Amino acid sequence: MVADKELIKGYSHKIPAKLLNEFEASSEEFNLTKPQQKEVIERLYKRYIDALINCGEAIGIVIAESFGEPGTQMTLNTFHLAGVAEVNVTLGLPRLIEILDARKNPSTPMMHIYLKEEFRKDASAARKVAARIKETKLEEVALEFAINLLESMVEITLNPRKLDELGLKASDIKLIVANALKTTNVKESEGLITIQPKKTGGNLIDIYTLKEKAKEIFLRGVKGIAQVLPVKENDEFVIKTSGSNLKDVFKIPEVDFTRTRSNNVFETFNLLGVEAARQLIADETASVIQNQGLDIDVRHIMFIADLMTVKGDVKGITRSGITSEKESVLARATFETPIKHLINASLIGETDHLNSIVENVMLNQPIPLGTGLPDLVIKMKKE
Amino acid sequence: MIDVFYNERYIGAVEDKDLFVNSIKADRRKNKLPSCLNISYNEETDLIEINTSTGRARRPLIIIENGKSKLTNEMVEKVARGDMNWDLLITEGTIEYLDASEEENSLVALYEEDITPEHTHLEISSLAILGITTSLVPYSHCGQSARLNRGSKTQKQALGIYAANYMVRMDTDASILCYAQTPIVRSVMHDITEFDKHPSGQNITIALLSYRGHNMSDGIIFNKGSIERGLGRSVYFRPYSAEERRYSGGLTDDVCMPDKDVKGYKSEEDYKLLEEDGIIYPGAPVLSEEVIIGKTSPPRFLDDLEEFSITANVRRESSVAVKHGERGTVDCVFITENEEGNKLVEVRVKDIRIPEVGDKFSSRYGQKGVVGAIVPEVDMPFTASGIKPDLIFSPHSIPKRMTVSHLIEVLAGKVGALSGRQIDGTVFDSEPEAKLREELQELGFRSNGTERMYNGQTGEEYNVEIFVGNMYYMRLKHMAANKLHARASGRIELLTRQPIEGRSQGGGLRLGEMEKDCLVAHGASLLLKERFDSDKTELYICETCGGLAVHDSYRNKKFCPACKANTDISVIEISYAFKLLLDELRAFGLNPKLKLESKY
Repeated sequence: MVADKELIKGYSHKIPAKLLNEFEASSEEFNLTKPQQKEVIERLYKRYIDALINCGEAIGIVIAESFGEPGTQMTLNTFHLAGVAEVNVTLGLPRLIEILDARKNPSTPMMHIYLKEEFRKDASAARKVAARIKETKLEEVALEFAINLLESMVEITLNPRKLDELGLKASDIKLIVANALKTTNVKESEGLITIQPKKTGGNLIDIYTLKEKAKEIFLRGVKGIAQVLPVKENDEFVIKTSGSNLKDVFKIPEVDFTRTRSNNVFETFNLLGVEAARQLIADETASVIQNQGLDIDVRHIMFIADLMTVKGDVKGITRSGITSEKESVLARATFETPIKHLINASLIGETDHLNSIVENVMLNQPIPLGTGLPDLVIKMKKE
Repeated sequence: MIDVFYNERYIGAVEDKDLFVNSIKADRRKNKLPSCLNISYNEETDLIEINTSTGRARRPLIIIENGKSKLTNEMVEKVARGDMNWDLLITEGTIEYLDASEEENSLVALYEEDITPEHTHLEISSLAILGITTSLVPYSHCGQSARLNRGSKTQKQALGIYAANYMVRMDTDASILCYAQTPIVRSVMHDITEFDKHPSGQNITIALLSYRGHNMSDGIIFNKGSIERGLGRSVYFRPYSAEERRYSGGLTDDVCMPDKDVKGYKSEEDYKLLEEDGIIYPGAPVLSEEVIIGKTSPPRFLDDLEEFSITANVRRESSVAVKHGERGTVDCVFITENEEGNKLVEVRVKDIRIPEVGDKFSSRYGQKGVVGAIVPEVDMPFTASGIKPDLIFSPHSIPKRMTVSHLIEVLAGKVGALSGRQIDGTVFDSEPEAKLREELQELGFRSNGTERMYNGQTGEEYNVEIFVGNMYYMRLKHMAANKLHARASGRIELLTRQPIEGRSQGGGLRLGEMEKDCLVAHGASLLLKERFDSDKTELYICETCGGLAVHDSYRNKKFCPACKANTDISVIEISYAFKLLLDELRAFGLNPKLKLESKY
């Protein structure tokens, strides 16, 4: 039986198109007669209306409580995850706070780098790309860092095997080190690099800090990528990294930039735009909550992501973020730094129309929600 | 080369770490280096750290050399005879103190038999891995460590005899358990700390049983007969004091029976218990808010008084009265002098606290519970031999907390009570459970501690065997009588006009931020308004300028002091706290205006 086009058209303004399409497909699949179709669509409509949120429902508070209540359990659960092997990741409540505050720099930035079709299944190709991405520091190609107390200089013994692996020569390293430490004399002979401060007479602690600084010298790779880990995920090789630099990674030809993702919301926003950032906020929040073994409805999470990105850029749930956009002066003043908000409001002569919740609680007036929302208006006959 | 740090400062590097660390340790043991020095090699950071700073937690251990304990039997005998002492053991290099980082580098054997060539140290006693209160928990090696923590914490809250001279002490919030007993199941720490001299609990009979739901979720049920025989009875002491303070101008407070013309005189009834000196007598029964020490103070502002007062000298009444909601008997009266030489009167009131519903009790394993019901003795379940338990404990409290030691104590207590001896339950070193079971069987009971029991109300036999035995129970200091609180209306704060806070002053119970969120989430708009209207006021607002108007009740006229002219003035109902906010804004230079408009 073909779906009744007329019937569907009649409901086109009442039920979303997606549901109607599903209805059309199903009624053809199950061969429903016209009266049956009518009954089904009537029930569908009723179910749809029942599922809608009622007028005057306090969704904001409900969402806040939906996050807040499991959040109390989360604090207790975090320490179970301390010292996870492989890559160290911020999880649990600290990560949730990080996402919702829209911090510019997450404490543990990470990337999932996917590879293009032709490299996906090849373990050695994945490893090669990974090696190219990884940021290499001087510490990793050295056998030993020693302090020569007599000459007051730092002596670095290089690891020839590591140098071979990376295709670097000791003389290259000397140049890089000399470039990085401008105030020192750098010499190289037979795989031994010596660094001596130009200014003589420095004390022991200066030499020690110089040694620690030398360990951090950047040799090659993508900046900011501290660790790489090629892993097999659903039949393909994916490179997990700690440290994030989407822009530079996208330039690598083997990388499938349509799927590669970072956990840094701001980086994603700057590179891929606000919709990507919204999705990332929702995904990251959902994964934190799932990791903790908790269950918060995705619609709550999506609402928060929407709220944070609705103005076209990413705003955290902080006093400088979405709270500063509230219409009511009193509501803003209720949430952190009240004096600042009150003075700024008075400078431009703001009016608070008392349209929202907090203001009305403050003034002990009925709140415009639930039973306080509807009003009864009676026209009195003029005497 | 391995870097060496001394008290967090870099001092150099060494080639051979083991040689260096071992030579430093050897020098310390030979007293060439101070015994407070600790050295450790940190594998993770590849550094050697030497510490001599203060604030490190350290503990003593016996040194092992060449797989042999340096503490020999001879030495032990010498110590026992008193020929050798602790300091000598340390200077001779037999015992040393390790800090947390050095302990990471050592392997400590718990017993001498366990020593292998790898071991570096030996525990002085297996008990030494625990603290004093923790080692007071018998059979604690059979329980979960988290429960052990909680168990030692609850022991600190137990009522007992906290000081032998409690009769002459004036401690606040002090309690004495009336019939304190020494535990049947004990550890050596009970002997070391002379626990018998300050016991803090009683040996009682418990049954693991559900009783009509009154012991669900950590509730416990008491036998009323046991309570009448003195179980868990305690005395609560509350000291009150008054000082004759000196003020400028030679004026002083005066402890006396206040005159009737004193400002703030209560009523004759309130002073009826005072003697001529204005102080109550020992043994007087006092009720809430009755005066204990009569006292008057000089007027507060002297200057104003001389000019305007009609009466020559109006002294204020400043007597000390029994706290709101408390009662008792006057226990003793002290009259003395304080450091400044002022007369000091201290009165201690005692109140006998008989266990009631809501009081807190605990075993020694963190199994604390609140009294849910006190059942008449005739209704208590009884065993075939007629034993009625003092307490009914819920069996549901056991599996999820895994306090096996709790169960073992019941068994051990039963053996101890039947055979008339004390059972040693020291950690790692206790009388084995199997032996206890054997002994119980010999005494004519089932070896697993269960017995046939009968319902006290119907006389029917229970279908299952019930686990009955004896254990040491403590009454904790949290008593319902000290916490009970309710209020309809009462005192309000002067500034905000909201109810004051705190039980002792009869304050209100706060409906807080999150409770408010609940009402909002439910959309219960008008209920929320009603709950928050404790400080509602009526304000007169000038419709022209939006400022506060005044109501002159003398002439029954409303006017706006700012506009002067006849303006429209409306009344609004608003929380006083908001009016206060507006006032505070004006105080720092903002002028909030109220624009009134009809809602419809």
